[in-house]
Amino acid sequence: MRKHWGLLGIFAVVCIVTALYGKNFLTAYNLMNLVQRTALFSILALGVGFVIGTGGIDLSLGSVVCLVGIAVPWLLIEHGWSPWTVVPVVLAGSALIGLSHGLLVTRLRLQPFIVTLCGLLLYRGIARWMTGDQSQGFQGEFADLRSIAVGRIPLPGLETFRLPATTIPLIVLAVVAALFLTRTVWGRWLLATGSNEAAARYSGIPTARLVTGAYVACSLLAGLGGMLFIFDVGSAQPSDFGNFYELYAIAAAVLGGCSLRGGSVSVVGIVLGTATLQVLRNSINLLGLGSQLEFAVIGAVLLAGVAADELVRRWHTARLERRGAG
Amino acid sequence: MASPLRVRPILRARGIGRRFAGVTALESIDLEIRAGEVLAIVGENGAGKSTLLKILSGVLQPGSGSLESVAEDGHAHDMRLRSVADATLAGIALVHQELNLAENLDLAGAILLGREHHRFGWLDTRSMHAEAARWLARVGLDLDPSTPCGSLPIAQRQLVEIAKALSANARILILDEPTSSLSARETERLLAMLDDLRRSGVAVVYVSHHLDEVLRIADRALVLRDGRMAGTLDRQAMDRPTIERLMVGRDLPPTTARPSLDGAPERLVVEGLVSAHSRRRTASLTVRRGEIVGLAGLVGAGRTELLEAIAGLGHEAGNITIDGYALTGSIAERVARGLAIVPEDRARHGLFTLDPVRTNMSMAWLPRGARAGFVDHGGERDLVDGMIARLRLRPADPSRRVQVLSGGNQQKTILGRWLAVEPSVLLLDEPTRGVDVGARHDIHEAVRAAATAGCAVLFASSDLEEVLLLADRILVMHDGAIAGEFTRDTATEVAIMGLATGGALEAAR
Repeated sequence: MRKHWGLLGIFAVVCIVTALYGKNFLTAYNLMNLVQRTALFSILALGVGFVIGTGGIDLSLGSVVCLVGIAVPWLLIEHGWSPWTVVPVVLAGSALIGLSHGLLVTRLRLQPFIVTLCGLLLYRGIARWMTGDQSQGFQGEFADLRSIAVGRIPLPGLETFRLPATTIPLIVLAVVAALFLTRTVWGRWLLATGSNEAAARYSGIPTARLVTGAYVACSLLAGLGGMLFIFDVGSAQPSDFGNFYELYAIAAAVLGGCSLRGGSVSVVGIVLGTATLQVLRNSINLLGLGSQLEFAVIGAVLLAGVAADELVRRWHTARLERRGAG
Repeated sequence: MASPLRVRPILRARGIGRRFAGVTALESIDLEIRAGEVLAIVGENGAGKSTLLKILSGVLQPGSGSLESVAEDGHAHDMRLRSVADATLAGIALVHQELNLAENLDLAGAILLGREHHRFGWLDTRSMHAEAARWLARVGLDLDPSTPCGSLPIAQRQLVEIAKALSANARILILDEPTSSLSARETERLLAMLDDLRRSGVAVVYVSHHLDEVLRIADRALVLRDGRMAGTLDRQAMDRPTIERLMVGRDLPPTTARPSLDGAPERLVVEGLVSAHSRRRTASLTVRRGEIVGLAGLVGAGRTELLEAIAGLGHEAGNITIDGYALTGSIAERVARGLAIVPEDRARHGLFTLDPVRTNMSMAWLPRGARAGFVDHGGERDLVDGMIARLRLRPADPSRRVQVLSGGNQQKTILGRWLAVEPSVLLLDEPTRGVDVGARHDIHEAVRAAATAGCAVLFASSDLEEVLLLADRILVMHDGAIAGEFTRDTATEVAIMGLATGGALEAAR
């Protein structure tokens, strides 16, 4: 937790400033929305966190969100499939996408950036082509299914604030991911692979399997996220659904202290990073800065955060080296 | 340049000291560097050698004491080296332990880096090549200046670095572990070249763990221990036991006797091995239970390739078995069969530099201690604490990042990673490169103990002294194949070098 004080500080400052100078920040409606968005984006960011942990990157997850998110209403409404078929099929499909990324990276030794950049183009193209670029929605049906995402759980003692249902999958996934990374052999090995792939291989670690697994987890979580996102919004355009989501996820992971060089991932950091980005987007809106500025502000905050982190790290390493020298 | 110059002091250090975060790294060091002389600085890792070198080359500034430059008439004046650039201007050049030539440049570009010749802003390649060729000849390299640096073997890169320093007008050449990646023959050439430089009036500061080199080349030796001067020895007073005693501050215990291998079964059997790098040649060998076999040979003879092929990197054809079980597939699958490999390049292939000793050491052991895939943290702590004590790791702190450890302690960490799983076959590539005398002794003892417990050990080393010291049996490699074999009793340095340089093959013709 100690390494997240800086991020926690940024988070608190943004919250306080927005609460003081913005309208409606502390209303139950706004807070519920924030928690909902944080939960949904955190699921994506956790996925990409695994890949970043191995020293890779996944740029395709926004398009996977789109493909899966569009495919769910498309299969349910246009093709009349049963939800019992659709959910497993789309999740298996996203796992398969991840498997293909993993195999291309480990077997063919293509660079993750290129593989997933092609994925970014490929899956969005497929989504637009298969739906004829037409908006897809539930048309008011499948309310039960959608309640997984739009449901609100009443909390004892609170009148107007009810907990968004998406927090439950997030908590489960975050706990599992944190346990996996810090407590299991495979988690240790995953991070070892990220920090020095060759040394991991020489240590007898099945690096290819771990890296492939990370891409599968990432795409699977992107698929799950895509499903929850479409349940949340009800209908979406294949041309813009999930646009830039990969960047929100990567930005959150980086803000949360994951190194793009691989080897270090923090689940708490990822969730806190996502929350910070979402509060920032919210506050730009509430403070009346104009939503056109959104990307600029996020970019600036991210840059400042990463630069500060690097300076602290350098100072720390220099101190260690001075101590160890001689 | 050609006539031998008078030996005279050109740089003096008086009472140099340096502290880091309250810890004394160096205290009251006096030394004199003389033109036309080779001064050796020896000491274990952590003795303060690198701090002293950094101060002499402008990377660090002394906390106390002063440096003075001595003019030809004997006049001394204070010299402040605030940066490497200052040191370069003062004619001091450091040739690093880790070579850092820009791989994408050609030799002329690398040698004259930062001092490129130009006309009207355009690089004057022809004049650069002419000058580079002169400096290459000076260090005895007959190479085309347009050769890319990346294609040179390590030994030649080192000479290029020296050429680079000389071309920048260096009067004092500081060499930090220059022979750590050289074969015996290349070392020989380097020493001859340094001898030549000395005679032309260059002052050479030579830092090495290899006492035989120091004894051969040094006019004087400064021995450091725990940041202080343990002694300065003149040529006449220099001998191995004296230097070792001054370095270690104690007499090293004698090595444990090797048990008899009579009747020990074969553990590692390699038949007709073809590796990805030496397609033409096959290699066959066996290592018995409890036996330590050394692979000698020149750099490029294929020792590393042989070890890596056994471990599953570039194993193209041929049978490898451990206790009769065939080894196939990836390293991970072979490790599961009882194989372990300590690679040559620690930083690249061995260490997780940002992680602490604990995670580095437990890496291979993890699945054994795990319950349902979860790491046994208590077991891990006990294992690592025990291994640190057994290998005499310093400091005995499992939470220390391996990045800040000395080479010897880093090597102990990687060795401990494998000793923790009690492998059937242990492959070691250059087990004590860049490792000081005390740690080297500890590592050798740990390897002997593993063998005595039944492990079959196969190691490669460019250090003939190490091969003769550690191996029960010695295989000599030449040009990708095994050229011959010696037992501990029949081996001599001369005989091994004869085979390693292809002598036997020529005699047969």
